[in-house]
Amino acid sequence: MIPVTVIGGYLGSGKTTLVNHLLRNANGVRLAVLVNEFGELAIDEDLIEAQADDVISIAGGCVCCSFGNDLTAALGNMAMMDPPPDHVLIESSGVAIPSSIVNSLVFMPAFRADGIVVLVDAETVQRSASDKYMGDTVTRQIADADIILLNKVDLAKAGALEATRAWLHIQNYAVRVVESIHGVVPPEIVLESFLVRARAGGKHIEPSHLDVMTIMPTGPVDARVLARALSDLSVGLVRAKGFVTQLDGTKALIQVVGRRFDVTDAKAEKADGIVCLGFKGLMSRETLEALV
Amino acid sequence: MTLTGIPSMTATTIFSAKKIITMNPSQPEVSHVAVREGRILGAGDLASLEAWGEYTLDDRFEDKILLPGFVEGHAHTMEGTLWRYVYCGFFDRMDPQGKSWGGLKSIDSVLDRLKDAEAKMVDPEEPLSGWALDPIYMGNRRVTRQDLDSVSSMRPIGVLHASGHILNVNSKALELAGLFKEGINHPGMPLGDDGIPTGELYGPETMTPVGVHVGFNRSLTDSDEKGLRDFGKLCVRTGVTTVTDLAARLEDSGVEAMLRVTGESTFPARVVPLKFFMGATAKETVDRALELKGKATDMCRLGRIKAIADGSIQGFSARMRWPGYHNGAPNGLWYTAPEQLEDLYRIALNANVQVHTHTNGDEATEMVLDTLGSVLKDVPHPDHRFTLQHCQLADAAQFRRMKALDMCVNLFANHHFYWGDEHYRLTVGPERALRMNACRTAIDTGVPMAIHSDAPVTPLGPLFTAWAAVNRITASGRTQGEREKIKVAEALKAITIGAAYTLHMDDEVGSIEVGKKADFAVLEDDPTQMSVEAIKDARVWGTVQGGRVFPAASL
Ligand SMILES: [Zn+2]
Repeated sequence: MIPVTVIGGYLGSGKTTLVNHLLRNANGVRLAVLVNEFGELAIDEDLIEAQADDVISIAGGCVCCSFGNDLTAALGNMAMMDPPPDHVLIESSGVAIPSSIVNSLVFMPAFRADGIVVLVDAETVQRSASDKYMGDTVTRQIADADIILLNKVDLAKAGALEATRAWLHIQNYAVRVVESIHGVVPPEIVLESFLVRARAGGKHIEPSHLDVMTIMPTGPVDARVLARALSDLSVGLVRAKGFVTQLDGTKALIQVVGRRFDVTDAKAEKADGIVCLGFKGLMSRETLEALV
Repeated sequence: MTLTGIPSMTATTIFSAKKIITMNPSQPEVSHVAVREGRILGAGDLASLEAWGEYTLDDRFEDKILLPGFVEGHAHTMEGTLWRYVYCGFFDRMDPQGKSWGGLKSIDSVLDRLKDAEAKMVDPEEPLSGWALDPIYMGNRRVTRQDLDSVSSMRPIGVLHASGHILNVNSKALELAGLFKEGINHPGMPLGDDGIPTGELYGPETMTPVGVHVGFNRSLTDSDEKGLRDFGKLCVRTGVTTVTDLAARLEDSGVEAMLRVTGESTFPARVVPLKFFMGATAKETVDRALELKGKATDMCRLGRIKAIADGSIQGFSARMRWPGYHNGAPNGLWYTAPEQLEDLYRIALNANVQVHTHTNGDEATEMVLDTLGSVLKDVPHPDHRFTLQHCQLADAAQFRRMKALDMCVNLFANHHFYWGDEHYRLTVGPERALRMNACRTAIDTGVPMAIHSDAPVTPLGPLFTAWAAVNRITASGRTQGEREKIKVAEALKAITIGAAYTLHMDDEVGSIEVGKKADFAVLEDDPTQMSVEAIKDARVWGTVQGGRVFPAASL
């Protein structure tokens, strides 16, 4: 199944910048980006290899497609691509409620939800959330998020930033809040497909408030219990992915995005081990190892 | 369709009629109208017209009533396409061939009609599709896949609801879509006691993937050539000579087909298609509208835009101001952000492209008033006639703002009949239900007003729409909103020159006076001489469109 990440957030929160950043750092992961419409600046010009009607070909085997008002059809086209993309990224419209997009994946057996990442403008979000018309749309988007990218933190005053963080956790208790400037975040945070590569390459993670650790279970575990424990806010994880041996001897794949977790059957030859991406200082090896 | 028109377009024909109601304030009623080159050469008595020279007197309308051809300011040509499916509605409704399908009063009678249709089908795998189901009137009993399985468990079956927002399917259809299973977790797909979907699908994201298996393909909003021709027949049967297609995708192939069909010598209605603002930026949409404007013909008036601000009231997706929905449902959804609308309005005003905006809830109306109001300060544009479509819940203050901004409104008078009881009881409660589609307030405030059917949501039929605005009777027979009733003359104006005004076409159609298109609604009965409760039953003989005569009986 192809993982699908929904990038939500109100107009002007920096979704387009983030998408370009991910495409620029795709490094061999073949991304398919679905956007509501090609705005004037949907994709940075230097990334574009060719453009047909509603498909832009991007360096490195990535594509960007506009889905207009028919996301289902666009996803159907993605599933039929040969070879299929490694990861689909849906940049939802400024008024979209991201959970309704994720819900609709139920009908697309070729796809699996890889979480909802919502961009929030650190400087203006509380003002947008009290907007006469759009306030409840903004708070619904925040409530839907598995991960919030708190963007433009460089523009927000220090005290205000703390207040914004506290406010975000009131809107969505379990959400993982990652700070960024100009949508620049480690791609691993947004897309699970990158997390796998982070482990393989032992890549260093920036910014410095994040960390990657791999934990090795010492024996068979109850995968569902473990996944649920990893998704608990107190563990400090943003994402986790890996394989474990279940109590009955079969293999399971564990995927965690913030508060969301998924356990599925896996092939027997998969080696045990879970890559964990979390907040430095909050995520500790002792806590993680105590869980396995 | 037979064309029994005028032999030569340059010759003059003078039609005599029992009465010609002109909508021209300087001579409201006349006895004769002269037609040359598809246009009105003059209206008056015979003596006043004879001075134009040689003519043929055509007295076939001697005992008929002529009105300006009706202008339907908010319909969708897809109604023509829907008639290929089995009609499952509660109310009697006429198809393009003129056959009246009796309304079905129970789920069992719906199933019986589907069984009749099923029995006539040859290919055992061909999908069976129905439309216009409305269980609200059938004791609100839910329809399940088991109900439809009783029609056939072998072929996929789907029945679309009247609202267009719900689809019922049978087990076979679920199976084909890979959804006949347990463990489906989606708010738009309720599960039965057995854990398997009940076959009720709510909203496009559940309807689309299953709909393709039951004959409802994705581009349902765009009628094909046959659908458009059938829609043309409905226009003749209801006296309509100019009709909007209020939001089509208008891709190249669809535009070509529409230009081709409307260009046929037997096609009886002028179509005004609006480009849907969705899935493209404001700039791209306006550019496309301008490009389309260049392709416009007399019979196909391309070059306008329709935007959608919110959802529907009965679907609880309309945006409501405080205190929100009467039953406590959470506020609805925005379909377009204020910033996007602001962009659209600004660019469109600068390019001289007209925009109609769908608002249902009063918060959506407020947002559009705020947004257009602020744009108009920067881009003053006299006579823009930007129009609010539906605008069902606007209050008096909002009508005053529309007036101040020179906006037009097209109110959904039919809705009041079909769903007024639901709004009173459930969605908005008594007080706001009384003011829904406030035609009286619109007229008294001086807001240019039209009224509409939104066909296929409710049947095309301007005389019915006029009746709905005049009587404000709901389906249960209650009068709802006595104070918002309008007079017959006002309603007839709304379905002719009023609607033409909202399209910037009142200089060409909407009244019978010299220089305008020879477009007439030909009636057997005079709606101004009937009891107001009966005007919906005034019989339509057919139309004259661009001087061509279209008798409904020979379609
Ligand atoms: Zn409509």
